[in-house]
Amino acid sequence: MSQNRDQFRPENHPNDHFLLTTVVGSYPKPKWVDRVSDLYEDPDADFGEAEWQEAKDDAARLITDEHERAGLDVVVDGEMRRNEMVEYFAHRIDGYEFNGPVKVWGHNTFDKPSVVSDVEYAETWLVDEYEFTASVSDRPVKVPITGPYTLANWSFNEAYDDTESLAHDLADLVNTEVEKLVEAGARYIQIDEPALATTPDDHAIVGECLERIVAGIPDDVRIGLHVCYGDYSRIYPEILEFPVDEFDLELANGDYDQLDVFKEPDFTADLALGVVDAHDATVESVAEIKANIQKGLEVVPPEQLTVSPDCGVKLLPREVAYEKMTNLVRAAREVEQELDAGEIEVEKSAVTADD
Amino acid sequence: MTERIATTPGVYPLPDWAKDDLADLKGHQKHDLIDGDEGDDVVSVYDQAREEVVERQQDAGLDRVVEGQLRWDDMLAHPFAVHDAVETHGIVRYYDNNNFYRDPVVTGELTFDGDIAAELEAASEFADSGSLQAVVPGPYSLADLATDEYYGDDADFLAAVAEFLAGEVEAFPEVETLFVLEPSLVENPPGEGDDERASEAIDTVADAAPAGTDVIVHTYWGALEEKVHAHLLDADFHAVGYDFVSEQEQNLYNINEYGTKDSIAAGVVDGQNTLVEDSEAIAERADWLEESTPAADFEEIYLTPNTELFYLPYSTFQEKLAALGEATELAEVKA
Repeated sequence: MSQNRDQFRPENHPNDHFLLTTVVGSYPKPKWVDRVSDLYEDPDADFGEAEWQEAKDDAARLITDEHERAGLDVVVDGEMRRNEMVEYFAHRIDGYEFNGPVKVWGHNTFDKPSVVSDVEYAETWLVDEYEFTASVSDRPVKVPITGPYTLANWSFNEAYDDTESLAHDLADLVNTEVEKLVEAGARYIQIDEPALATTPDDHAIVGECLERIVAGIPDDVRIGLHVCYGDYSRIYPEILEFPVDEFDLELANGDYDQLDVFKEPDFTADLALGVVDAHDATVESVAEIKANIQKGLEVVPPEQLTVSPDCGVKLLPREVAYEKMTNLVRAAREVEQELDAGEIEVEKSAVTADD
Repeated sequence: MTERIATTPGVYPLPDWAKDDLADLKGHQKHDLIDGDEGDDVVSVYDQAREEVVERQQDAGLDRVVEGQLRWDDMLAHPFAVHDAVETHGIVRYYDNNNFYRDPVVTGELTFDGDIAAELEAASEFADSGSLQAVVPGPYSLADLATDEYYGDDADFLAAVAEFLAGEVEAFPEVETLFVLEPSLVENPPGEGDDERASEAIDTVADAAPAGTDVIVHTYWGALEEKVHAHLLDADFHAVGYDFVSEQEQNLYNINEYGTKDSIAAGVVDGQNTLVEDSEAIAERADWLEESTPAADFEEIYLTPNTELFYLPYSTFQEKLAALGEATELAEVKA
C-alpha cells in the first residue's frame, strides 16, 4: 500500500472510507476541436498560432471542468492538446522522424514515427499542459505519459540495436520530464504502457525503464502504471516488483475474467480498477459499477483501491463518457457509505511489499 | 548459375492520397470496410491506386509484379471478409502487431468466390503474364485467422479452406508465380498430425496452379519448427520462403539439416522497419545465403521483403522497392 494516497483525499470528503476516483486520461474531443485543428492546418484559413492555442486552452478548461462536474477526485484535461499517444511525444523528442501514415486497422492510420538517431530531450512535453490544468482546477491533477517501452515498440527503430536499448534511453527522457513536472507541482504521474500487452515477455524491460523513470523522484509523488488489453497472467506477479505505487488495469471489458490472476500472490500495490468499459457505448448503471468495484475489493482492501474507467474514453460519444464518469463517482461514494456502515464485508486487509 | 529474382509478398500500403480518399468515401468503422460490394467511386480509387503500385514495381525493376492487394482491409483474412458464407465480427489483433482485422466467422459452405481472380484480371491490364505474381494466404494461416462455426472439426475446416483457395487459384489469369503466405506455420505452429494436414492443405492449393506457375510457400516471423519444416517439404511446390530478417540461424539450420526445394525465397528486406537497406547490402545477403548453404545449389533465389509491406509508410515502401529492384541488377552486372 502506498503512503502517498491521502494527499488526494478531498478535505470535505463525506465518508470515512475513501475510494480514489479518477480517469485514465483521454476524453472525447468536442467536434469543434477537430474542426479548429483542420483550420489551423489550412494555410489559407485566417487561423494562426495564437487562435489555436486559445482553442486548446478552451478545450482543456472545458473538459477539466467536465471531470470536476462528474465529481472525480483527481482530474485530467482529457488530453485535449494531444493528437495521438506516440506521435505527440515523438514530435517533441530529437531523434524521431516522420515518414507518413501507416495503417492500424481499416482506414484508421497513425503517423508511426521512426527513430533515426539517438533520442534526446529537446523541449518540455507536458509541463505547460499540467500548469494550465492545475491553474483551472482546485482538484489534484493526474498527468498521463506514454511510457518508454510503448514509445519504443510503437515506433520504427532504425538507430538502436534493439527495443530494449531504445526504451532505456527513452526512459531517461521520461525521467527528465517527470522531474520537471514535479518541480511544477505535479504529484500524480501515470505511465501508460499498452504495448506491454502485445509483448508480455518484455515485462523485465518495462521494469528496468520504470527504475530509470523514478530515479530521484520523491516518494510523495504518486506513480501509476496503466496496462490494458492483454493476458495479465503473463505479467503477474512479476509486475509487483516494479517501483510504482499503483497499477491501473482494464478488467471490465473482459467482465473480470482475469481477476483471479491478481489474487495469488497478494496484490501489494494499489489497484486502479477499470469499472466501466471504454469501448462500449452502453452506460453502466450505478448498481453495475458498484458490483464491479466490489470485484476490486476481492483483490485489495479499500485503502488500496482506486476506481477508474478501463482505458482512455476518447472513442466514446461525449455524453456517454460523461454519464459513465458520473455513475462511476456515484457508485464509489455509495460503496464508501456501505463500507462505513459495515454493510460490505472486506475480505482483504492491507499488505505491503515489506510485510 | 543461380538466378536472382526480385519480388515482394504483396499486401501493400495504400498511396497516401488513396488513404485519404478512401477514408472519406468509406469511413473509419468496422462496417465501412471492404465487403466485396463496393460502389463505383470506391472501385475507381482502387483502380487508380492499383495502376500506380504496379507502375512503381515496374519502375523499380522488380522481376515479379503483384496486384498489391490494396483492397485487403483485413490483411490475409480478406478472402473470407468478402465471402458470402462468412460474417465479420469484432476487431482482433493481427498476429503480434499493433494491427487489427475483423474476425471472420465462417457460417456456411466455402464456395467459389472469384474476388482475388478479379483483382488479378485488373492487374493483368498493366503487367504481362511473364511478370505477374499472385499472392494468397496459405490455407493453414487463413484457417488460423478465422473462426469456424460451420465445419465443426479442425481437420475438416482446414481441408475446406484448402479446397476453397484451390478453387480461387484455378480461376486466376495466367501468372508466372504464386506466393502462398503462411506466417501462422511459424507463429502458431501445427502440432502432431496437424503438421501433416497443413502440408496436405498446402499441396491442394499448390496443385491448383497451372503447370507453368511457380508456387512459393513463404513463411515469416521466425523459423519453422523442424518437424513442420520437414512436413512442408513433402508438399509439391517450387520454393520455400524463409525470413532471414527475423531469424537467420534456425532457418539456415533447417535448410542445411533437412534440405529445401530446388529454389528458395529469402526474406532479406525488413518489411516492418523504415530503415531502407541499400541494394549492395541486399545483394550481399544473397551472396551470404549461398555461401552459408554449401550443400544447396539453388536454381533461383527470390529476394523479397520478409513480410507484407502494408506496415510501412508509402514513401518508405517505394524506396524499399527501388533498392530491391536494383539488388538483382547488381548481381547481373557482377555476373
